[in-house]
Amino acid sequence: MRTNMPSSVPMISRPAALLIGSLVLLFTCAATDAGAGVDALDYPGPAWSPYIVGAGIGVLSWLTFYFSDKPIGASSFYAQLAGFLGKRIAPRRTASLTYFKDKPPKVGWGFVFVVATIVGGAIAALTGGEFANEWLPPIWEARFGDSIALRAAIAFPGGMLMAFGARLAGGCTSGHGISGTLQLNVASWIAVICFFIGGVAVALPLYNL
Amino acid sequence: MFDTLKSATTNRKSVETATSKLIAGAIFGLVFGFLLQKGGVGKYNVLIGQLLLQDWTVVKIMLTAIIVGMIGVSTLHHFDKVNLHVKPTRIGANIIGGLLFGAGFALVGYCPGTAAAALGQGSWDALFGMAGLIAGSWMFAELSGWTKRTVETWGDFGKLRLPDLLSVPRGVFVVCFAGVLILFLVVVQQFTTR
Repeated sequence: MRTNMPSSVPMISRPAALLIGSLVLLFTCAATDAGAGVDALDYPGPAWSPYIVGAGIGVLSWLTFYFSDKPIGASSFYAQLAGFLGKRIAPRRTASLTYFKDKPPKVGWGFVFVVATIVGGAIAALTGGEFANEWLPPIWEARFGDSIALRAAIAFPGGMLMAFGARLAGGCTSGHGISGTLQLNVASWIAVICFFIGGVAVALPLYNL
Repeated sequence: MFDTLKSATTNRKSVETATSKLIAGAIFGLVFGFLLQKGGVGKYNVLIGQLLLQDWTVVKIMLTAIIVGMIGVSTLHHFDKVNLHVKPTRIGANIIGGLLFGAGFALVGYCPGTAAAALGQGSWDALFGMAGLIAGSWMFAELSGWTKRTVETWGDFGKLRLPDLLSVPRGVFVVCFAGVLILFLVVVQQFTTR
């Protein structure tokens, strides 16, 4: 049992610094490795300029802050779904968990927001002639073959890791990566840099080894 | 399911405000999903392409959103029109959680928000990642008592913003920081094809 003493900070920050240092080293080595297994640029890119879309999301942030007093975020939605399922399956267990005590699952603004995000994506794809209707991304298929089971076997634990990380860090690529960083939040800048370090460190070996 | 609506008293006005809040959330979500899909970040190859350092769409979108959002929200906040929602800085949890998130992101190829847009665009494999997100959220809840006592206490500095670190006026910081981010974007644009 560690106490909340400042003296425990160096004990964790040193291994953490080591970990980050070695990850940066790994990804620099891997990035300079010329033998790229796939070229992502051979596959379809965005329909609209990233600067138009980015500016649009920036303006959308003004509106959510002004009209709803909420930052854009996505990862809490999945925690609330987990809470709803938990209430159904094991109500007493769910009620006893610290996270759900702190944040009781409810259909609020953030929940509706993410459900609507699915619909918004559908409208954009259908109007732009980009509706995919596929179980495997082409670049994945080129690298790993046509097994949907393999895709599920990698993506499901990946999702678990991602949710756990988001809850621990306090947000995801939306909540920290956009909303937190634009508020000049120190936690969010640390988190978003780590998102990319962790992502690159896993993606490069996944596609190059 | 609709706890928010139930918990709102039978007073019609509060029900109305609760409903209008949710409707606003739905409209903003529609726009968000629409923009994500148009920006190509509902596509697995664009997202994984960023993590492979080949396709820089994600960084371009995020930085542009940050610059535009920061200038607007800072201005609104200066004139007292909006509240900020600053998350606490917990160095240990931010770093460890961030690295775990990134690793999972690479395995799924979608992040929590873009997975929703991907599902909408008919990329059905987003469902696997989303199921994992639900399971992982539960796993965190199971361990949340322990993380609260341990990891979340490592380097806990509370609500901290970048201008606080440098003790410069916020307005000055925002202008300078916007300049730095724009410069970074210009460099990225120079050196990347997409």
